[in-house]
Amino acid sequence: MSDQNIFYVRTEEAPRLPAPPSQQGITGWLWNNIFASMADYSTPSKAISSILMIGMTLFTAYSLVWMTWTMLDFAIFSATFSDPAGGKRETCLANGGACWPFIQAKWYQFMYGFYPKEEIWRVQLSMVMLAIGTLWMVLPMMPARGKVAAIMLFVYPIVVFVLLNGGPVEHGTDDIGRIVAGVWFPLIAAGVCFAAWWLTRDGKMGDVAMALSPAMLMATVVLGAFAVLPLITLGIDLTLGTEIVETNKWGGLTITLVVAIFGIVISLPVGVLLALGRQSNAPIIKYSSVLFIEVVRGIPLISVLFFASAMLPYFLEPGVDFNKLLRAMIGVAMFASAYMAEVIRGGLQAMPKGQYEGGMSLGLSFWQQMRLIILPQALTTVIPGIVNTFIGMFKDTTLVLIISIFDLLGILSATLKDPEWSTPTTAYTGYLVISIIYFIFCFGMSRYSVYMEKKLDRSHR
Amino acid sequence: MSVEQTNVTPRGGMTVSDEVAIQITGMNKWYGQFHVLRDIDLTVYQGERIVVCGPSGSGKSTLIRCINALEEHQAGSITVDNTLLSSDLKNIDKIRSEVGMCFQHFNLFPHLTILENCTLAPIWVRKIPKKEAIETAMHYLEKVKIPDQANKYPGQLSGGQQQRVAIARSLCMKPRIMLFDEPTSALDPEMIKEVLDTMIQLAEEGMTMICVTHEMGFARQVANRVIFMADGQIVEQNEPEGFFNNPQSERTQQFLSQILGH
Ligand SMILES: Nc1ncnc2c1ncn2[C@@H]1O[C@H](COP(=O)(O)OP(=O)(O)OP(=O)(O)O)[C@@H](O)[C@H]1O
Ligand SMILES: [Mg+2]
Repeated sequence: MSDQNIFYVRTEEAPRLPAPPSQQGITGWLWNNIFASMADYSTPSKAISSILMIGMTLFTAYSLVWMTWTMLDFAIFSATFSDPAGGKRETCLANGGACWPFIQAKWYQFMYGFYPKEEIWRVQLSMVMLAIGTLWMVLPMMPARGKVAAIMLFVYPIVVFVLLNGGPVEHGTDDIGRIVAGVWFPLIAAGVCFAAWWLTRDGKMGDVAMALSPAMLMATVVLGAFAVLPLITLGIDLTLGTEIVETNKWGGLTITLVVAIFGIVISLPVGVLLALGRQSNAPIIKYSSVLFIEVVRGIPLISVLFFASAMLPYFLEPGVDFNKLLRAMIGVAMFASAYMAEVIRGGLQAMPKGQYEGGMSLGLSFWQQMRLIILPQALTTVIPGIVNTFIGMFKDTTLVLIISIFDLLGILSATLKDPEWSTPTTAYTGYLVISIIYFIFCFGMSRYSVYMEKKLDRSHR
Repeated sequence: MSVEQTNVTPRGGMTVSDEVAIQITGMNKWYGQFHVLRDIDLTVYQGERIVVCGPSGSGKSTLIRCINALEEHQAGSITVDNTLLSSDLKNIDKIRSEVGMCFQHFNLFPHLTILENCTLAPIWVRKIPKKEAIETAMHYLEKVKIPDQANKYPGQLSGGQQQRVAIARSLCMKPRIMLFDEPTSALDPEMIKEVLDTMIQLAEEGMTMICVTHEMGFARQVANRVIFMADGQIVEQNEPEGFFNNPQSERTQQFLSQILGH
């Protein structure tokens, strides 16, 4: 160092060279991503790892090709596409691949179950409204998305129920009794909520209202709808004269969507309230939330559904008869709510104390802090968990088939029993189609959640 | 409110009225068994600039957080702007909307733009029309010299800019009193000045301020009273001149030699 001259000044620019081939083009990509890890034989351990890498790559490539080929062969090359002669199972047996005419023949049932053909426009109208509403909410360039969302959340379910069901709910002599039975509870609930609100104006008992609200909200929505629906449907019945289609005739994708969307719509707000309740300082609220969450999470959905379909009638007064579908929907929604509550609680815990204090110091009330500051951030951070719960619930709706509600999967099992179409490949074809339908919905939700996460992420902007 | 003022301690053209802004008497606070604030008596007059200092853990933050009820006290009384602070939420809301507060870590809302941060409380708490709230917000953002950042998100701003936004956000509520809890201690040295300048400007306009800080230069320049706290008690208070040049208590001397001495 001592006698070295450390003085240096750059006199000419270093040339800008093109990147080496390993950084460019297809060959570069192939080299970096595939071959680079197989080309090092300098030491025995590196050689072994390279050889293993070659083996795994070949195996994976072979499996991929083999699976793709088998799939294509089944679904296209050996498949039966049409059945002009009406041979049904004979036509399909001849080829040995997928039996697409079966799907064609049963498509109606996959979509609508046993809904009468002449009334089908009602289901179709509901689905079109759902598609338009969902797209409207989801596409960022549409105007008034908030209002559309509110309509989809609060008005659409009622409209759909009235549309699908037609006329008064289960016409009968006890209609009046049902309306009365359905009205008193929401009234009491509203009264209790009002009393709670009144008592808590000074903030001392804010937690009491919070504890009451999840249960109240759910009961009020359900029973309120139950009481109001006969009235609304009666009105529609008189004006439109639509025929009643009992819920046991509904089926297929219609049921799957009805149950899943009900679950989604209920589980988010109830989950938020349960999560807030669980964080509350007031013991009663805290432990009732904990109890609900832990009990519901601790038992299988199947047993809840069985309970709802078989046991619930024993607990209710005779005359107050819940529709089986409604019971299943409540079961699924309760489940989703409990899981949702835990997901949201995770988001709430991730919020720094300073965010609450920032809100408090500006004079925002507890609920304003929640609505404007805490929840928007907490929910954004747990979008993956929320969507995960939605996807899980969407698929769990298939469990309603064990209380003989024919959802998409249930309808498939039912149609597979049809001897006219019984071939070795009918079931595979059916399950393939059903899987694709489920996949489209779940993958759509997943992609949308990724998009939302990116859109709402403010952390590194 | 009477505007004519009897000057108690005029400093640098800033005046102090004899109208009481905050009155704390016999206030005590515990965290569980731990007695954090002991027998605090403090009267703050309208237009006063008070600097609170003291060793870490002495209860400075706790004291000013009690003033806008971020912490509740268990004994004694706090009166802010003639409103007695009780556990009644009505008064808490009233006091919080009259008292602005800036935190060490800014506590801006990262999911809202700078402008939305500033208009949120005026719109929801004061029920001011959105348009008017935006005008007010832009006025204060200009005052803290960052109107051009209005549509950015807090995460895109430097620490000093964020703290100035936090000050503007509080000012949008038109508070009568501002509390600062170590507003510069999370900032890099080159940003401290821009925040202090904003605070000095605020002081010159006659804002009542209580400021927890270790910026002794700031204390000398704008404070008309320095309060020294130790172990949850107010140990000494005086004009800056007397406080820095002639501290009476041994603990104050020790503290000052530590922070000024090195
Ligand atoms: N939430 C709490 N629970 C229990 N003890 C607390 C709590 N917050 C603060 N303390 C204790 O109260 C005392 C005073 O805290 P405070 O934050 O007011 O100190 P400070 O003077 O602001 O200190 P610093 O200069 O470090 O900010 C400390 O001993 C602290 O450990
Ligand atoms: Mg502190």
